[in-house]
Amino acid sequence: MIAHAENIPRGRHPLVQFIARWVLTTNHKEIGTLYLCLSFTLFMIAGAMAMLFRLELAQPGLQFVTANFYNQTVTLHGLIMVFGAVMPAFVGLANWMIPMMIGAPDMALPRLNNFSFWILPFAFFMLLSTLFMEGGAPNFGWTLYAPLSTTYGPPSTDFLIFGIHLMGISSVLGAINIIVTIFNLRAPGMTLMKMPLFVWTWLITAFLLIMVMPVLAGAVTMMLTDRHFGTSFFSAAGGGDPLLFQHVFWFFGHPEVYILILPGFGIASQIIPTFSRKKLFGYRSMVYATVSIAILSFIVWGHHMFATGMPLVAELFFMYATMLIAIPTGVKVFNWVATMWRGSLTFETPMLFALGFVVMFTIGGLSGLMLAIVPADFQYHDTFFVVAHLHYVLYPGAIFATMGAVYYWLPKWTGNMYNERLGKIHFWIAVVGLNVTFFPMHFVGLAGMPRRIVDYSLPFSDLNLVSSIGAGFLGLSQLLFLYIVVQTIRGGEKATDQVWEGAEGLEWTIPSPAPHHTFETPPHVE
Amino acid sequence: MTDSRDRQRKHTALLLLVAVGMFGFAFALVPLYNVFCELTGINGKTSGQAAVSVQTSPILEREVTIQFLAHVGRGMPWEFRPMESRLRVRLGEVNETRFYVRNHANQAVTGQAVPSVAPGLAARYLHKIECFCFTQQTLEAGEEMEMLVKFYMGVDLPADINTLSLSYALFPVTVAQTTGLEIDRDSSDITSAAHEEHSGS
Repeated sequence: MIAHAENIPRGRHPLVQFIARWVLTTNHKEIGTLYLCLSFTLFMIAGAMAMLFRLELAQPGLQFVTANFYNQTVTLHGLIMVFGAVMPAFVGLANWMIPMMIGAPDMALPRLNNFSFWILPFAFFMLLSTLFMEGGAPNFGWTLYAPLSTTYGPPSTDFLIFGIHLMGISSVLGAINIIVTIFNLRAPGMTLMKMPLFVWTWLITAFLLIMVMPVLAGAVTMMLTDRHFGTSFFSAAGGGDPLLFQHVFWFFGHPEVYILILPGFGIASQIIPTFSRKKLFGYRSMVYATVSIAILSFIVWGHHMFATGMPLVAELFFMYATMLIAIPTGVKVFNWVATMWRGSLTFETPMLFALGFVVMFTIGGLSGLMLAIVPADFQYHDTFFVVAHLHYVLYPGAIFATMGAVYYWLPKWTGNMYNERLGKIHFWIAVVGLNVTFFPMHFVGLAGMPRRIVDYSLPFSDLNLVSSIGAGFLGLSQLLFLYIVVQTIRGGEKATDQVWEGAEGLEWTIPSPAPHHTFETPPHVE
Repeated sequence: MTDSRDRQRKHTALLLLVAVGMFGFAFALVPLYNVFCELTGINGKTSGQAAVSVQTSPILEREVTIQFLAHVGRGMPWEFRPMESRLRVRLGEVNETRFYVRNHANQAVTGQAVPSVAPGLAARYLHKIECFCFTQQTLEAGEEMEMLVKFYMGVDLPADINTLSLSYALFPVTVAQTTGLEIDRDSSDITSAAHEEHSGS
């Protein structure tokens, strides 16, 4: 089982050996597994917070939590889902799959890889520990707006700042590793334009990470010096400008939301051709569309700030730039649909998740277009409509895509097939739960229910109850997912090397389960 | 093999450099933002410098309404309000208005007012000849004062602006908060002079 015995202290207690194996590992597959486990753990923690505040919101008035604690859970839910659940899940998939997809023996910088992972548990330990501190956890929303986070932030805000620094370092190092791997370790014959789309989307995501994570680090550093070292970057009292924080934050924030979605695009582009038994339609246009989305993401941050009193010219610019993004995104959606056109479709669980992703991401994209319209945004801004929009893009875009990817590659990782029947049940509970939870939020949002507030007026009661019931199902479906994955790891029908009938690519040429070391001699790609 | 090692090292170093550069860029956004706002005048900040009072253009018939707002920042124990809530002014005409302040603390407190104009684009047409916001004010315990603003509206004010508001936020000046202050405030003698002058009126 332990293949690289040279790293492991011999003759020690088995527990010491077990811990040493996982702490010291430099193997991309093991690090990938670590990332995925951490991500799922944090996903459950942040999900439990969502359960808590959905329980509170099931009825108007205050039932279970105080307003301040509600704000803390909303803040941590956002931060942990973005930085703890989605990003590490994608990095975990990248670690597992990118070397296998491009025919590389491992990541280019294996020790750095180990380091980038092991920073993360500490970062999130620090972030979660704020819940138990005097004054409570940060309670100003994941966007950390000044002066809420500077002048009015609780003392624990400093732990949040340091936690974000650590996460940023981890992400940047991970991204550097991925780029260096893709540029240097491709098998002979694997040109850039022959790379699987998952690798392409991750390459672009990695560049986005390197460009914007340091900007967030800069923003929180300014927060820190404003809080403690007498600077006034965001304080009008000292000649600074609180609005500047929003500009810096969203300069990071908008590329960040594409960091959370591009690998999902890549996953859908792997799964849909396999189960359509056709090549991906429009490979080149997919690559170009991804690049254009990434570039456009740098010039649209103002659409988060329409209500701040921006001049009309700037609002028009950001409005049109935002709408422009619908074009490359539309190209992608049409390419996926065209891939399925006249294919021999089957609907195994990964395909169901990929289709759920395409359909519901499109709904989220559409409400995004509505939000991009300046005069309409003045009504939608800071309402539950925004909550509905962002969960329709992120839940299917990041979580469904990741789960589809896990079902898709799990037989390759474990050598066993998962229980198809349970997988389908998981999908249907999740998809119904998701729509029951988030669709009503469109209506309460349009009717004017503000977000991030613990209580609401009576007319919103019924739809909020519906949302809360849906959230319960959505939460429960994750336990089923955990059960299915554990069951598959422990045994099941043996998977073939190719696993899926229509699967193509280097990762399907190696045995299932994937041996500890793969492609030590590079394969040749025609 | 050594060649590819070198290439990897080069790529790694280059990408690290980009990351460090972007970290610096976040800080460069601060002066960039200030310069951009100053050039375009879009964030409602008025000039920290007094405008020359010499009239170069005639007074126009066109009138606009200017509203005055005042609020105190956190930890500021002062009462602060405009003595007139609004004025009808003709473009180019020099007007003045006063703001009332009273220190409710039992010790001397120094304050700094930060002005803001809405709509933001109107800020650069509001010329202040004299303003308490150019300096800091120190009030003894229980002292009250009327603070003067003398201003005129530029004659080239865009036609679609008919009402604008001039708002002041008054902040306590502590050692911590003076560091980044852009407004000229190294003239404590002028402050006290202005203070005496106003407290007399």
